[in-house]
Amino acid sequence: MDITVNILLTIATAATPLLIAAIGELVVERSGVLNLGVEGMMIMGAVGGFGATYLTGSPWIGLLAAIAMGAVFSLLFAVMTLSLATNQVATGLSLTLLGLGLSGMMGTSFVGQPGERLPNLYIPGLTEMPVVGRLLFGQDPIFYISIALTAAVMWFLFKTRTGLTLRSIGDSHTSAHALGIQVIRYRYLAVIFGGACAGLAGGHLSLVYTPQWVENMSAGRGWIALALVVFASWRPWRVLAGAYIFGAVWIGQLHAQAFGIPVPSQFLSSLPYLATIVVLVLISRNKRLTMMNTPASLGQPFVPDR
Amino acid sequence: MKKLLIALMTTTAAMSLAVTAEAADKLKACWVYTGPIGDFGYSYQHDQGRLDVEKALGDKVETAYLENVSEGPDADRAFERLAREGCKLIFGTSFGFMDPEVKVAKKFPKVMFEHATGYKTADNLGIYNARFYEGRYVLGQIAAKESKAGVAGYIVSFPIPEVVMGINSFMLGAQSINPNFKAKIVWVNSWFDPGKEADAAKALFDQGADIIVQHTDSTAALQVAEERGLKGFGQSSDMIKFAPKAQLTSLTDDWGPYYISRVQAALDGTWKPGNVWLGIKDGAVKLAPYTNMPDDVKAMAEATEKKIADGWNPFTGPIAKQDGTPWLKDGEVADDGTLLGMNFYVKGVDDKLPK
Repeated sequence: MDITVNILLTIATAATPLLIAAIGELVVERSGVLNLGVEGMMIMGAVGGFGATYLTGSPWIGLLAAIAMGAVFSLLFAVMTLSLATNQVATGLSLTLLGLGLSGMMGTSFVGQPGERLPNLYIPGLTEMPVVGRLLFGQDPIFYISIALTAAVMWFLFKTRTGLTLRSIGDSHTSAHALGIQVIRYRYLAVIFGGACAGLAGGHLSLVYTPQWVENMSAGRGWIALALVVFASWRPWRVLAGAYIFGAVWIGQLHAQAFGIPVPSQFLSSLPYLATIVVLVLISRNKRLTMMNTPASLGQPFVPDR
Repeated sequence: MKKLLIALMTTTAAMSLAVTAEAADKLKACWVYTGPIGDFGYSYQHDQGRLDVEKALGDKVETAYLENVSEGPDADRAFERLAREGCKLIFGTSFGFMDPEVKVAKKFPKVMFEHATGYKTADNLGIYNARFYEGRYVLGQIAAKESKAGVAGYIVSFPIPEVVMGINSFMLGAQSINPNFKAKIVWVNSWFDPGKEADAAKALFDQGADIIVQHTDSTAALQVAEERGLKGFGQSSDMIKFAPKAQLTSLTDDWGPYYISRVQAALDGTWKPGNVWLGIKDGAVKLAPYTNMPDDVKAMAEATEKKIADGWNPFTGPIAKQDGTPWLKDGEVADDGTLLGMNFYVKGVDDKLPK
């Protein structure tokens, strides 16, 4: 029984950064902006989180610093693409490259320093319960934030008026503008929210997943998060499912290898990607619904004519 | 905005000119790393070697490096760029740089090239390597003594000879102490992904291993061992700070002396492509202080380390291959060629080698 609980906990840890970064990017893309800089913002969050923890000794301050770092870094993207109407794809890519380089430079003095782990939740009585105790009441704080965030974004996008407005901007920024909606302002907020989420995901890496700082420690997780958003056809619950399927197969294949299952390890390593794509494509097989969910003006620059 | 840009561009141009002018009478030595220098592992140690060169030779050299160069076509461009930028001596530090380096070396016959851990040479391309397997034998013996379950978890990157050699040597060491010792092997198909390495360590511990060995670069696996109160070995750098209670020792690399000697040779004009394989006795392979183990285990490890430094090879027969067919006769020592191309397991390894 213990091993099952351990596996489930490991899966949650692997899925959490993907989920948070993807949920943030989902809101950004729903507003019609394509930010390919997730990996860059994530790694900036990781270095910010580690740095602040290292300097202050408190991983909680590190957590806030990670969020702030991601948000501030995304502001650069927002100014470029929204105010100066640069190409979103190119700007996003350069944001990733810049983030990877800049974080490496900022983190030089943190290399080789052990970090402080964000403590797990502990509720006397509840956490000690067999099986469900550790799963429900004994995980790291960012896990709970990720679940709450997913629920909040679902509610915001589909149950509130502001969410509806945001989606309408993503579908047609010209129409939204004609209706008097402040397109640029909404998009700024969406991009910053996405940045904060990516930063938080990075903070999870350097404060929970592997409490240390090393260059490139995000190792492509930002790109996986980006892909999850598209394959989940911009629906929050599907992003949640995608992140956890990815995490489950990711951990499952490691267990299969350790167990000695005679399948080539290269195939097993590619399995998380394959399985996630297959499942999400099956979920999103309804073409009409997928079209409806795709933000129609995704990636197009918007320059108000007056 | 435009003015600012132009100003910026002219300054950069002027700066790069200045650098080239200054560099004319110095030897420029350059390094290509596959990982970031901040990985606190393999690439970090090579870069420490580069810094040693700067320290030792001071004004006579100028150094440069490219990090995060992926193994493959990208590497062609990296080596070519360095050769064009005036590097006279270029070190490629990863196995996967072999073919790109051979190709670029042909194009630039006047530039001196060195490649780590490979086997192809040319008139201006030498190879160097470290006998990490020597250290891994010691790790195997310690693991067999320290593991209560008799099972180690072994995290590995890619099925290249270097890695296979390491697994074999580790198992030979372990089974010299406990013939029933087992290792569970997980291939993560990456040199560097701290998250995945941590996940692999968790999976291995969950399945009953109580000691972790790695042939990947980050400290993540050891941190998991520390968290769970189990033991493990560091890799490339001394990782004791990350796992003060878990690290038994660490298999570290020290490239400094070698790099200094090669750059000095290039300065003196005596550089020739070499083929060296440095080990414990040369100080290129070092075991970090033995910690978290009883004195008798420590004494045993030190004795084995000394025996290897005195010239004994862990691959000394009798050794059978995994399927039981004989490989080395009693007292026979494996030749370097076979080791460098090693693509089979020895008896007792409980894994199917990916092809």
